[in-house]
Formats: sequence, C-alpha cells, structure tokens
Amino acid sequence: MKIVVCIKQVPDTTEVRLDPVKGTLIREGVPSIINPDDKAGLEAALRIREQAGGTVSVVSMGPPQADVALREALAMGADEAYLVTDRAFGGADTWATSYTIATAVKRIGFDLIICGRQAIDGDTAQVGPQIAQHLGLPQVSYVEGIESIENNKLVLRRQFEDRYHLVEVELPCLITTLGELYEPRYMSVAGVFDAYREKEVKKLTFADMEAELDVSNIGLKGSPTNVKASFTKQPKGKGEKYNTDADEAVEIIVSKLREKNLI
Amino acid sequence: MSGNIHVFCEQRDGAIAKVSLELLGKARELAKELNCEVYGLLLGGEGIANCAQTLISYGADTVITVENEELYEYLTAPYAKALHEVIAKYEPEIVLFGATSIGRDLAPRVSAMCKTGLTADCTKLEIDAETGLLLMTRPAFGGNIMATIVCKNHRPEMATVRPGVMQALEADEKRSGKIISYQVTFGENERKVKILSVVKGEKKEVDICAAKVLVSGGRGMGSPERFDMLKELANALGGEVSASRAAVDAGWMPQSRQVGQTGKTVHPKLYIACGISGAIQHLAGMEESDYIVAINKDESAPIFDVADLGIVGDVGAIIPKLTEKINKTKEEV
Repeated sequence: MKIVVCIKQVPDTTEVRLDPVKGTLIREGVPSIINPDDKAGLEAALRIREQAGGTVSVVSMGPPQADVALREALAMGADEAYLVTDRAFGGADTWATSYTIATAVKRIGFDLIICGRQAIDGDTAQVGPQIAQHLGLPQVSYVEGIESIENNKLVLRRQFEDRYHLVEVELPCLITTLGELYEPRYMSVAGVFDAYREKEVKKLTFADMEAELDVSNIGLKGSPTNVKASFTKQPKGKGEKYNTDADEAVEIIVSKLREKNLI
Repeated sequence: MSGNIHVFCEQRDGAIAKVSLELLGKARELAKELNCEVYGLLLGGEGIANCAQTLISYGADTVITVENEELYEYLTAPYAKALHEVIAKYEPEIVLFGATSIGRDLAPRVSAMCKTGLTADCTKLEIDAETGLLLMTRPAFGGNIMATIVCKNHRPEMATVRPGVMQALEADEKRSGKIISYQVTFGENERKVKILSVVKGEKKEVDICAAKVLVSGGRGMGSPERFDMLKELANALGGEVSASRAAVDAGWMPQSRQVGQTGKTVHPKLYIACGISGAIQHLAGMEESDYIVAINKDESAPIFDVADLGIVGDVGAIIPKLTEKINKTKEEV
C-alpha cells in the first residue's frame, strides 16, 4: 500500500508570545514543530505499513526551512519525503494550497492519503477535505480510531460532538486524523542518521510541476480569499482591582454581584 | 440585486443544532444590509421538513428541504452533493455553516466543489459598507492574532462560524415563510463511505455554552480536589464549572468543559475565573462574558486585563467563604 502523509511545519503556538509594545507575534526563539494532528497521522501511516506493508511518503508545502520537519518524519521511519516549495506557491489560501498539494500527491502516487485534521497555527481543517475533492476521493475526517485494514478497505471511527460513526471506506481515499489517535513515536538514533545521511528530501518546485499545474490556481493570485487586515485583539478596559484579605474580598464580590443583579 | 444568504442548518436525529439558529439570527442582520433574503438549508431523512417552521421562526424567509433516507445520518459525499446542487441552482451570495465537526467537514468539500473561498471559525461577520463584501474575522495563531478575510471574485462567499459567538433571535412562532422541497438522487459516488454503526455518547455532556454562570478553574487551583469548592460555588450561583486548558491538560477536568480557543467560546452573564492566569487562548473564549470576576494570587496575571472585578488573593481562602456568604444571602431573601 502506498501511503502519503501531508504534514505542516508550524510554530509551537503554546509558546507564541505577543510583543507588548508592537503588538506583533514574537517568533524569535519559538520552536517549529510538526503539527500535532499531522504527527498522529504519520504515526498511523507507520503502523499501517507495519501491519499491511507498503511505503510511507511524507509531503509538505512550505518554505525551505520545512526541510527540518520532513527530516524528522524520515527519522521517525517514513520512506521518502517531498518538499513542495516555490515562491510562486507563496501567499496561498486553503483552496490554492490544497490544489497545489493535490497536484504533488497525484504525481507521487497513493492508495491512501492521511492529513492531520487541522494545523495549530491556522486551525482551519480545510486543506484535507479540499485535497480529497480535487482528487475526487472519498474522505473521512475527524478519525479517532483505525479499527481494521483488510481487503483494501479501512474501518474507521469518525468522531462527532455527541457520537461516533464506525465507517467503512474503500481505497483510494483520504482521511484526516485527530491528535489523540496515536501517541507519535520518537525518532530513533539510526533514524536520525538515515534522515540526514542516507535519505533525501526531494524538492518539487513550480518548474517541476509546471505541466500539471494551472497557474491561475496557485499562490496568492490563485487564492479566492485574501487577508484584508490583521490585528491583535485589544483587551477591553480594565475594571477594578483589589488586593485585600479573604473576608473583605468576599464582601466586595458579593456587593458587586448584588449591584449587577447577579445574585 | 445581490443573491441571498443561505444557512446550512445542521441537525442530528431531527434536532436542529443551536449554532444554526444563531447563524439564522446573524444572517437576518446581514440580509438587512444587503437587502436580500435568508434561506435555511435543511437536509435530513424523511420527515425532516417538519423542522422547517422552526427555522422560519428563528429568522429564515425560505427553507429549502432535501429529504432523503441517505441524509438521515451525516455522510460527507451525499450531503456535499445535495448542497452543491442547491447552491448551483439558487446562486446564493453567502453560505454560512456552524464550525462543528459536520460543518468543518462539509464546508471545505463544498467550497472546493464550487471553486470558491472559505473562511473557517469566524467570530465576527460584517458587510463592508462600500463594497458590500462579507468581512469575515477569525482568530489565528491560537487566538493571538485576528484576521479579517474577504472573498472578492468568487461566489458564494463561504464561512464557518464558531458556535456560541452569534446570538439567536427570540423564536417568533407567528413568522411565516416559504418552504421549498428539493429532490436529489445519489449514485455509487456518494456511497463509497458506508456507516457500519452509530454509537451515541452515553450521557449527555453538560453544555457550558448554555450556562448563565460559569465558575472556571485553572492551574492556580493547585489540585483536582480543589475543583470541588468551585462546584459548590457554582451550585450556590446556579451555574456550572468550567476550566482553562492548563486544568484540562493536567487531567483535572474533562475537555468538554474547556473554555478557550481550542475549547468552547462562552458568554455567560457571570464568569468567575479562579486561579486562571489568562493566556490569550483562554481570553479568546470568555472575554465576551457580561461580567467577569477574576481571583488570582499573581497581581500581574493577564486575566486582570479583561476582568470587571479583580481580586488579588488566594482562591483557597476566598472561595469557601464566598460560597458560604452567597448561600446565606439567599436564605435572607
């Protein structure tokens, strides 16, 4: 079975801080990680390979620095890695991103495509289902369990807020995985060695895919949506603050709640 | 004359999702500015059309129903096909979805089918007075940054909206509207994913979004046992207990009670933050609460920036006394 896992390199947003003066993100010193939902998807791919055989390819679209994320995936045990990278792809929204990745994945070849449900920097959850549509594949998103893989069929647990579905889907298909699906394995020492010495990260640029790409569908120009403005949230005006002992604090709280008719 | 605003009205077992009613309310507001109508799109099994009047009472002018047994339980392909057909036929200007696990699966698929843009998890929707474009504002980077997105040249403009952010209108049972039945047929392409079984959650989870009062605890509570005192305070106030991500990550409270960017957006009448420092991702989920009380030892905690009333002090000393006092106050009345 040929499994393609789509991963994204993201800043560890739990570490992101705001510059209190400029109000911008401080990216300096913030570690880049493989997006958690994607990493669980990679773990799923490695487990499927262990059980059913085949190969695991990882693909990421991003700047040259995303090489590190792909090396990490190789060190975890992926067989090959592709970095879809070109200035022409820059500024893409989810539609143009999914179109570009779908084109790359088609070239790589697949039986099963695995994407993380959503990335922690954008939180959109859109690229997976959109890749599925571009490739005309059935999709199962929010996968929280893989029950079986037999006879070219997957049985999956698909999560909803109040229930789950046990569904069966035939390959080829695309699934999106939740971070809690599997705890990802660590890189092995031999894996790290291989990732930097034996294996390579293959680049796919615009020139490489030019024959298959419709140029009006890529990058900023191929994106239906644009960012009109971005801003940091302004905290609302400060209220009153008291630094006092417990008894007085209780009096203050109760009198305020009374005043506001909350008790 | 612009096209109309369509709201995908999500239902499970015939119960309309609350977020869909919220979206109908928001759509009414937008429709006023665009001088157009609000359509509710209602897909489901046989008999789902019986829910159409509910959608009208919450603000739909017209409801398009698609009744088909294959739409009883949600599956991407048949839902996407039906929706795509309706959109192609009625050519709406705007299509809105709840940012639920159904909406966030269906909307991207449909947007790719329509070759149009989609903005996820919006917390604010407005019409640009000059251009008439839909301004879709959403948080990114864990709520650190807000971005306003537009979709200039492709139609419809599509957005998913976080549950609990918009306000539903009061239901008006006397409101009348049109109901259109639309038929769709499915083939092999829509049957590639089969449901083997449906397993519903054993107990209904508490919906913290619906609570009028929330007593919320964070890492500063120190231990899971100390959430009991929050429970008692919540009981005294007729509210529920919620938690910050730190308390959920520590395993002290279930994820269903998490407030914040990766949890739920709440706007209760009263939010009492206990031992919560106020990471941006938490503030994103609660700062629209009507009245916020924060109790924290750390004088410089960011939670005090959004609190109406801030108490610098020890939660362990204050909360039991507060509960006692409130219970006493109630007896006096």
